[in-house]
Amino acid sequence: MTNATIVGLTVRNGLGSRRAVMLVVLPVVLVGLAITVRALVGVDADATEGVMVGLGITVILPLVALICSTSVLAAEVDDGSIVYLLAKPISRHTIVVSKYLVAATATALFIALPIMLAAAIMTGELRGAIGYAAGALLGSVAYSAIFLLLSVVTRHAVATGLVYVLIWEGLLGGLLSGVRWLSIGHWSNALAVSITDENTLPDAVSPAYAIIATVVVTVAAIYLAGDRLRSFRLTGDE
Amino acid sequence: MSELVLQQVSRWYRNVVAVNDVTMTIGPGVTGLLGPNGAGKSTLIAMMSGFLAPSSGTVTLDGTPVWRHEQLYRQIGLVPEREAAYDNLTGGQFVVANAELQGVADPNAAATRAIATVEMQPAQHRKIATYSKGMRQRIKMASALVHDPTVLLLDEPFNGMDPRQRLHLIDLLRRMGAEGRTVMFSSHILEEVEQVASHIEVMVAGRHAASGDFGAIRRLMTDRPNRYLIRTDDDRSLASQLIGDASCRGVILRSDDGLDVEVVDFGRFAVVLPQLAHSAGIRLLEVKPTDESLESVFAYLVSA
Repeated sequence: MTNATIVGLTVRNGLGSRRAVMLVVLPVVLVGLAITVRALVGVDADATEGVMVGLGITVILPLVALICSTSVLAAEVDDGSIVYLLAKPISRHTIVVSKYLVAATATALFIALPIMLAAAIMTGELRGAIGYAAGALLGSVAYSAIFLLLSVVTRHAVATGLVYVLIWEGLLGGLLSGVRWLSIGHWSNALAVSITDENTLPDAVSPAYAIIATVVVTVAAIYLAGDRLRSFRLTGDE
Repeated sequence: MSELVLQQVSRWYRNVVAVNDVTMTIGPGVTGLLGPNGAGKSTLIAMMSGFLAPSSGTVTLDGTPVWRHEQLYRQIGLVPEREAAYDNLTGGQFVVANAELQGVADPNAAATRAIATVEMQPAQHRKIATYSKGMRQRIKMASALVHDPTVLLLDEPFNGMDPRQRLHLIDLLRRMGAEGRTVMFSSHILEEVEQVASHIEVMVAGRHAASGDFGAIRRLMTDRPNRYLIRTDDDRSLASQLIGDASCRGVILRSDDGLDVEVVDFGRFAVVLPQLAHSAGIRLLEVKPTDESLESVFAYLVSA
């Protein structure tokens, strides 16, 4: 289902772009904030949730995934070089899965590790670190697929992705409790909390639901992206 | 041997028609797709290469629809107009990657061969980012040839080439055509098409305006004035004869010698000229069309 040449080309070109700077800046901000808060207020459950969930999982995780996913595909769609991959007798799903593998791996590296570090600093516990890292991994899996789909559906993948992150995951996810069933951020959080804390709220999303929902969304998004790529239009200048 | 067949193909973008009811068959040899900018050439090539669905009609390669059949790319080599390639790679790496993606048996050998064909060996270890326009065009060409396709589609391949690169590409395209490949390239520059293509398809404003070899296209236009240079042993006498006949609209005596004749009825002129010369005892030394260049045909097509 994957093609080594595409994975190689993607790693060399997609992640070599200037956007990669943001991939370093965002995690550094998170870890820096974790160090500052820990130094100022010590180990504090509310502060930990504020930094790890409010900033880490809700904001930085989707932004990193957005940068990674659009770097591996949207850039090629933009400049037209995707045509060299598409004018080949290769299944479109193989192309998408190869791209997805790079995007999801990069996202996991650039966000799950910093989140683990930040959680370790803030909670001072291994369990806290593992819990938030697991949540971030789950989010990486789903967000990467969603943003990869956006990259082939619209030429404005970055803008659309930002609107989705800010409005759906950020604003509505905080205001309407029903959104948690359809929010990747809430699923990540549910998995993280289920590991870090025994006393989870009874109406929270169960970790099993979070994992199943993530798998369903990921598989569906990758399938749709591949199908969409079969109908890719190379628009000329006319 | 492959044949691309377009059957009543139209393509529109909302209410703008880019390609209007085009039917043509592209067989082995070099075919030039000629037309001014905006005539629908790129849209047509996108449909032939499976990167655009026809709004109506069908595009088939040896009977298989091109749209959504990625396996057909085994047979197709596409050289897109846009320059973007993988700038971080060297030319050699780029061609090898294309060979791997095509699934050829020995990607390195195939890439070496394709790079030699476009004579890019000296620059193959440099990054594509450092290439000139003409070099990019050639490395794109190598990437399209690496799997030995039977069909080669090129969108405006001469853009940005210097005269030497142009000659090289002309030679390369002729060779590809002579090998029995189905080669089609688009161009809005007339001399390019005239020099390379054995067969020409003319697009004007989304319509298929003319088809055939250069002479055939030319003969479609008998109702337009044609210019001829005629040399005789008595120019002035023939001039007076010709101006008296309805097939001619104007005759100019050249200052050196010879006549410039503007003909409005080509069929009649061909019959009348020898008769007039014979009856007046004038010897015809030379009769030569002076505007038999694609440029004049094209200008006529566009203004029509």
